[in-house]
Amino acid sequence: MNAGARTIRGATPLALLALAVPTLSLSGCAGDGEGRSATLTGAGATFAMPLISLWSSEYEAMTGGRVNYNSIGSGGGIRAHIDGTVHFAASEAPLSVEQFERAEGTLTIPFTIGTVTLAYNLPEIDELRLTGDVIADIFLGGITHWNDARIEELNPDITLPAERIVVAHRSDGSGTTYVFTDYLAKVSPEWAEQVGSSTSVAWPLGIGGNGNEGVAGAIRNNPYSLGYIELSYANNLGMPTALVRNRAGNYIAPSLEGGTAAAAAAVETLPAGHEPWHDVSFTDAPGETSYPLSSFSYFMVYEDLDRLGSQITPERAESVVRWLEWTVTEGQAFNGDVSNAALPERVRELNLATIERIRFNGEPVRPR
Amino acid sequence: MSLTRKERTGTRAAAKPSDEGAGPSEVVGSRERSSRRRRSLRSPPGGLLRRRWFRYVTAGAAVLVVGMAAIIAFQLWTGSRLAWEEWGLAFITRTEWDPVQGEFGALPFIVGTLLTSGMALLIALPVSLGIAILLTEYAPRALRDPLIFVVELLAAVPSVVFGLWGIFVLAPLVQRHVMPWVAATPLGLLPFFGEPGPGYTLFTASLILSIMIIPIIASLSREVLMAVPRDQKEGALALGATRWEATRHVVLAYGRAGIFSAAVLGLGRALGETMATTMTIGNSLGLNFDFFSPGNSMTAIIANELREAAAEIHVSSLVAIGLILFLMSFILNTVGRLLILQTHKGVG
Repeated sequence: MNAGARTIRGATPLALLALAVPTLSLSGCAGDGEGRSATLTGAGATFAMPLISLWSSEYEAMTGGRVNYNSIGSGGGIRAHIDGTVHFAASEAPLSVEQFERAEGTLTIPFTIGTVTLAYNLPEIDELRLTGDVIADIFLGGITHWNDARIEELNPDITLPAERIVVAHRSDGSGTTYVFTDYLAKVSPEWAEQVGSSTSVAWPLGIGGNGNEGVAGAIRNNPYSLGYIELSYANNLGMPTALVRNRAGNYIAPSLEGGTAAAAAAVETLPAGHEPWHDVSFTDAPGETSYPLSSFSYFMVYEDLDRLGSQITPERAESVVRWLEWTVTEGQAFNGDVSNAALPERVRELNLATIERIRFNGEPVRPR
Repeated sequence: MSLTRKERTGTRAAAKPSDEGAGPSEVVGSRERSSRRRRSLRSPPGGLLRRRWFRYVTAGAAVLVVGMAAIIAFQLWTGSRLAWEEWGLAFITRTEWDPVQGEFGALPFIVGTLLTSGMALLIALPVSLGIAILLTEYAPRALRDPLIFVVELLAAVPSVVFGLWGIFVLAPLVQRHVMPWVAATPLGLLPFFGEPGPGYTLFTASLILSIMIIPIIASLSREVLMAVPRDQKEGALALGATRWEATRHVVLAYGRAGIFSAAVLGLGRALGETMATTMTIGNSLGLNFDFFSPGNSMTAIIANELREAAAEIHVSSLVAIGLILFLMSFILNTVGRLLILQTHKGVG
C-alpha cells in the first residue's frame, strides 16, 4: 500500500512532463510551415532507422528541409501508408499483392541495401563455409551437430566440434527475418514448403532473441550457436560470420560490395516504379561476387499526392520530391556509415524516373 | 484492515483543508476570522459548494477510469473480431502459430504464461512469506526498516533492467549451474524438467518473474500479518506456544486469506510482465511444457510480433491474445481484491 502511494506521488512530475512534451513539439511544428520546405513525416521499418535518422540530420544541414521518421515497424508503416497518414513509408518487404491493391497508385523506390550475416560462436574457428541448403537444414532441425558430414564436407580444412548446434533467430517480426527466410525459401524447397518467408515465421526450433542485439546476445552467450544478424551488428560487435556460397558457386563473406554486386545483377529484372514489386527479391542473386543474403529497403509514396488529403500542400509536395531525389542520389554516400550498401547506378536512374511520375493537383511536381 | 484504516485517515486528511479552505487566502483580522470560523461551523456557505465541486471532480475521475477500462475491453474486442470470426472460441485451444500461412492459435502462449507465472509464484511465495514473517515477528527494529526499504526498492527496478540482468547474469548462471543441478535431483525425473539446454528457458523467465513479484507479495503479506491482533498472538504465547508455533498456528492461520490474496495479486503482476519475460523466455513457438527449453508467453508474442504484423488476421490474433490476457488479469485481480475485502471484514 505504501508503494502504491509513493508511485502516485512520483507520477505527478511525470504527468506534468507528459503534458509539456506535446506543447513543445506543437510549437516546434508551428514554425515549419513558414519556411520554404515543410516538415515531412515518414514511418516504417526499424531496420532503416539508423540510415534515415542520419539522412534527416544531413539533409536538414544541407537543404534546410526537415524529415520526421517514426520507426514503428514495416507493418505499421505500410498501414500508415494505406491510410494516407504519412508522406512516405519505409519497409524491407515490398507491398504484397493485397496491400498494393489497397494502396493503389503506390510508387516503390528502393533506397538502400541491407545485408544479413550468419554469425556463429565456435571457439577457435575463424572461417566457416555454409551453403543455403545446409543453413536451411540446420534451421529445420535436420542437421543437429556441428560435425555433421554435410558441414564437414564444406569445411575440409577445419575440425568441427561434436557439439549440438544452438540455433538463434529473431523473435520479433523484422525485415532481417524476411531477407533470411526469403533466401532459404529460394534455395530449399523443404523450407519453402514447411516454413515459407515472412517478417515472422513459425520457427521449427531455436532460441528467439528480441532484435538484432537479442540474437547477437544469444549467440555470444551460447557456445556452438548459429544465428542471423544484420551486417552492422556483426561488424560493431566483431562477431565472426560465415562465408555463404552464392549461385555462381563462390564462397562470399558478407560485405557492402557483395550487396551492391547482388543488386546490380538483379537490375535487369526490376519492374518500373509504378508497377507491383511484390515478387522482387535478389537474395541468391547471380554474379561471381554477389553475396546471397542482401535485400533492398523500399520507400512507398503515392504517385498522386492528392491522396494524402489534408496532409499535403504544394510546399510539402515539393519537399517530398526533393527529399526522395536527395536520398537516392547524394544521400547514397552515407550508406557506408551505417553498414548498408549503396544502390548501383542503374537503380538510381530507375528511381529518378520513378520520382518524376509524382503528381500533385494533376501536375507533375518540379521542385524549384 | 490496515488498508481501511489508512483510507479513513486519508479521507479525513483530504477533507480538512477544504473545511478550512474558506479563510486563509484572504487576510482578515484575527477576531473576524475566528467569528467567521464559528459561523462556518454552523453553515458553511462557500465550503459546501467547494466540497460538492470536489466531489464531482473525484467522481469524474472514478468514472473516467472505469470508462477507460470499458473502452479498452471494447477496443480489444473489435480489434480481435476477425480472429474470433475465423476460429471462434477454438482460437483459445489451437496450437498453430504460422504468420506465413495465416494460422493462429493462443494455447501455447496461454500455457507459457500460466507455467511461468505459476512457477514464479511457487518460488516467490515461500520467500515472500519468510520475509514478511521475519519483518513482523522476528526482526529487531534496527534491521526492519532497512529491510523494508530494500524489499520495496526491488519493486521499483524497471523490468527492462531485470531483463538485461536476466540475459547477462541469470541465463548463463541457470544454464551452467541451476539447470544441471535441478536435473540431477529427483525433480529432474518430472516431465516438466527435460534435458537442460541453452539459458533462455521457461525456467529462467520464471526465476526473473519470481524476483519481480517477491516485493509485492512480501509487502502485502507483511501488512496482513501486522493486522493480526496482538491479543491473539500473546494469548498463544501465554498458553505456552513457542514463537514458531504462535506464528504458524495463529498468525499464519489468521492471515491465510490475506496471504492468498497477496499471492493472487503477485500472480497478476507476473501474468502481465512483458519486457523481462520476452528477454529471457527464449520465444519459441509451439506447445511446450518443459521448463528447461525455450517457451513463449502471451505478453511476449504480442510485444514481439505486433510491430511488424502486416496481415489483418495476424494483428487480429495478437489483439485476441491481448483480450484473453486482459480478461485473465481482470478476473484474477477481482478475486484478489474480493479476498482482501473478506479478510478486512473478518479482522475488523
